[in-house]
Amino acid sequence: MVVDTERTDRVFRALADATRRDILLRVMRGESSVSTLASYYPMSFAAVQKHVVVLERARLVTKRKQGREQLVLGESSAIEHAIEQLERYEIEWRERLVRFDEVLQNSLKGRKQ
Amino acid sequence: MSVTSVKRDPAALTLTIEAQYAAPIERVWALWEDPRLLEQWWGPPTYPATMVDHDLTPGGRVRYYMTGPEGDKARGWWRVLEVNSPRYLSFEDGFADDTGEPMADMPFIIIRVTLSETAAQGTRMVIEGTFPSTETLERYLSMGMEEGITAAVSQIDALL
Repeated sequence: MVVDTERTDRVFRALADATRRDILLRVMRGESSVSTLASYYPMSFAAVQKHVVVLERARLVTKRKQGREQLVLGESSAIEHAIEQLERYEIEWRERLVRFDEVLQNSLKGRKQ
Repeated sequence: MSVTSVKRDPAALTLTIEAQYAAPIERVWALWEDPRLLEQWWGPPTYPATMVDHDLTPGGRVRYYMTGPEGDKARGWWRVLEVNSPRYLSFEDGFADDTGEPMADMPFIIIRVTLSETAAQGTRMVIEGTFPSTETLERYLSMGMEEGITAAVSQIDALL
């Protein structure tokens, strides 16, 4: 497996902000212009623009130009990548807890005998 | 299956697993406190764990190794942060070098274990694993990968 550490770091950092998570949810549902996105938040166009840049660097969204508008679209594979990492750690714990169960059952039986 | 819920929080780099047992809290705690019980479940069947040191006091060390099918040894360590027997245990969990000392450039995971009594002499166990950085998570997974796959295969074999 090829691990792209730098990318994952960017993904986690990008997702650590509530506004960016909200922007991401919106553009996952469909393409939206930066100015439309800016209208949802009590902050400047420039501030929203900066959030979009962070998301773009993490490859969570893609941006394209249409006339004077910048259109933003969510990229689902990046979030999947982040979650995938935790899922693999989860598998390890699930297996460990199956063994935990067995050892516990055996130790309980041992006490009764 | 004892696992009742799993929560993945990619932003906090934390995995939370909750499990429920029909056993008194002291008996569940014993699986962490007694090194002979701990080594029966900590490592996968193909990489069984052997606890060398097991000092569950704040600042105490747990040193262990897991022996692979080829006789290869993967070493690990815990540094105990907090203990409140039989309800709470937190520790750092990392990889060790051949002498059992923590690998200098290897980051570690913080694990928090919380036990609580439930009705009818039952016990709930919540395990929280937090990675300090994505680098830790990925390096951890790439190192554990081989062992994980072997373990999964042997468990499938056992079912057939």
